[in-house]
Amino acid sequence: MSDDWKVLADYTPARVALGRAGNGLPTKRVLEFQLAHARARDAVHAPFDAAAVAEALAPRPTMLLTTQAADRAAYLANPDLGRRLSPESAERLAPGRYDAVLVIADGLSATAIGAHGAALAAAILAQTGELAWAPVAIVSQGRVAVGDAIAEALGAIFAVVMIGERPGLSAADSVGLYLTLHPRAGASSDAERNCISNVRPGGLGYDEAAHRLAWLIGAAQRLGVTGVALKEDAPESLPAPQA
Amino acid sequence: MAHVQILGSTRYVFDDLKTLLARASPDRSGDRLAGLAAASGEERVAARMALADLPLAEFVKAELVPYEADEVTRLIGDTHDAAAFAPVAALTVGEFRDWLLAHETTTEMLAALTPGLTPEMAAAVSKLMRNQDLIAVARKVSVVTRFNNTIGLPGRLSVRLQPNHPTDDAKGIAASILDGLFNGCGDAVIGINPASDNVATTTNLLRMIDALRQRWEIPTQSCVLAHVTTTLRAIETGAPVDLVFQSIGGSEAANKSFGIDLALLREARDAALSLKRGTIGDKVMYFETGQGAALSANAHHGVDQQTMETRAYAVARAFEPLLVNSVVGFIGPEYLYDGKEITRAGLEDHFCGKLLGLPMGVDVCYTNHADADQDDMDNLLTLLGVAGCTYVMGVPGADDVMLSYQSTSFHDALYARAALNLRPAPEFEAWLLRMGILDTDGRVQKRLAGDAARLLEALP
Repeated sequence: MSDDWKVLADYTPARVALGRAGNGLPTKRVLEFQLAHARARDAVHAPFDAAAVAEALAPRPTMLLTTQAADRAAYLANPDLGRRLSPESAERLAPGRYDAVLVIADGLSATAIGAHGAALAAAILAQTGELAWAPVAIVSQGRVAVGDAIAEALGAIFAVVMIGERPGLSAADSVGLYLTLHPRAGASSDAERNCISNVRPGGLGYDEAAHRLAWLIGAAQRLGVTGVALKEDAPESLPAPQA
Repeated sequence: MAHVQILGSTRYVFDDLKTLLARASPDRSGDRLAGLAAASGEERVAARMALADLPLAEFVKAELVPYEADEVTRLIGDTHDAAAFAPVAALTVGEFRDWLLAHETTTEMLAALTPGLTPEMAAAVSKLMRNQDLIAVARKVSVVTRFNNTIGLPGRLSVRLQPNHPTDDAKGIAASILDGLFNGCGDAVIGINPASDNVATTTNLLRMIDALRQRWEIPTQSCVLAHVTTTLRAIETGAPVDLVFQSIGGSEAANKSFGIDLALLREARDAALSLKRGTIGDKVMYFETGQGAALSANAHHGVDQQTMETRAYAVARAFEPLLVNSVVGFIGPEYLYDGKEITRAGLEDHFCGKLLGLPMGVDVCYTNHADADQDDMDNLLTLLGVAGCTYVMGVPGADDVMLSYQSTSFHDALYARAALNLRPAPEFEAWLLRMGILDTDGRVQKRLAGDAARLLEALP
């Protein structure tokens, strides 16, 4: 059932050399795929325990917020709902003298935030101790842009949004970090954000991600921009092909 | 002009043609998101009834998006061929559906009609068609294109080999390419979505595939699906560019969101043609489209997403592409919510593309936040195979580890070919036989022998 070309699997995380049963996949491979897909789907629909994240971050002050997406179905069908705070949550935000606010949102994987949110937040706060951080905002049914509304209402200069990324088959628990300078509700565009993605054990570790974020915040403070105008130093790392 | 349909005691009024088209569309999340969908099932059928009675000729001068403001509208209007339109000029949209289905309407008649059809006509008639109608008519259409091989012949199903890698690692990509070739796939194109869109990556990957293709005389073409401006710069620096890729949309504003306009596509096509790399043909463009692309860029002008999608096909056909595919389930559940909506949209896109004369393939796919799974993809793949789809994707194990979505696998393509008695492109099929990858029954071999075994040793 296995292929003569099993060696190919050493070179790529792609599902190569799976073997065949007739033209189809061998049973083992079908079930492996179904497991990965089931985990990804479960992560998309898993309930978000925002209170548990707050508890893990105690005694640091936190606030639990909601968006206009009443449930998961509404959240998936209309992304704008997850970008806007519910009226009750919006009322609770008062301006202060803050450099930054950390917004932790379930996004498309509550599983990811449940597993990594508190530890990653601790790493970020430890590496950016010189900043005046607002209370940590923990948002249910949130999209990245909800951070703009929160930061603007709090008067924070930076929004750092930590969010569960859309689960793939190889990982259902990836976290993304988005940094936006001078965020404006409903107005900041994706081109104004810097993104650090694939944060998880097995991807980019907590400390490394926090380090990169701290570097970006420092660079943004010096240059006065975030987004496409602020590039991470990423040398061309592709080896020259010899076919 | 308002369109009116009376059903019992209810008088349905549709203010203009784009509203009528939107209300007549099969239900989908993107039109609901845009506030364009019919409010009830009855309103939807009322819109279809009004649409069915509308003269097809109304669409010739219809401007769903203003002519002055949109170069796609100008392209559609300025290139409409009235003589080609003549055979159906007197029909209503409903009669046009019947005409398309009629036994007397042949493959040749459909080919001759193509320049007389506007995308909005194709969209309109599709809204009156059931899935089986979309399949039955698409089956009758033949669109054949050539570069290094012949794509789209009757009885053939080609596959784009999609060997993506999360960090564009050349060895990793080569491994996926070999896996695809050993599974009999890659005749539409070997096409990589790069993780980093830059000239160095594009050039390195193109050189790697080109060396493999030349060394083993593989009758296919290669493409790195970078932005058109990246590919243009790669051409300037001497990269071996077979095909120019670009994502396109159905309005000037949608194209602007992709960082392109028609002039840029023309420049890119001319640059690729100047390389004269095609051995048996000169179709050098590869386009991707998808319902929801215009809406996601807020560039839909109040037009429903399926009609906007067909307008992207008008852009595509102006550049005589080798390949066009809709990425139907890729854009997300806010546009196509579940397997049912993805299936319907895939059949619409294939039908409309073919009717407008395009070599239409479909990326049969879904993301993990859509309510869909492999069973839905099996269904759509089978339906498209019956419909005569030009090509589908071949992704190792159906799992794209760079783009994080699920498409069709090499295995899926083999299934579809076997179940529906379809074969690879003829030149590629001959190569597979010569290499000992296919046996004389057209089955992919389990063991590698001869040249195929040596191909494995070629891993860079």
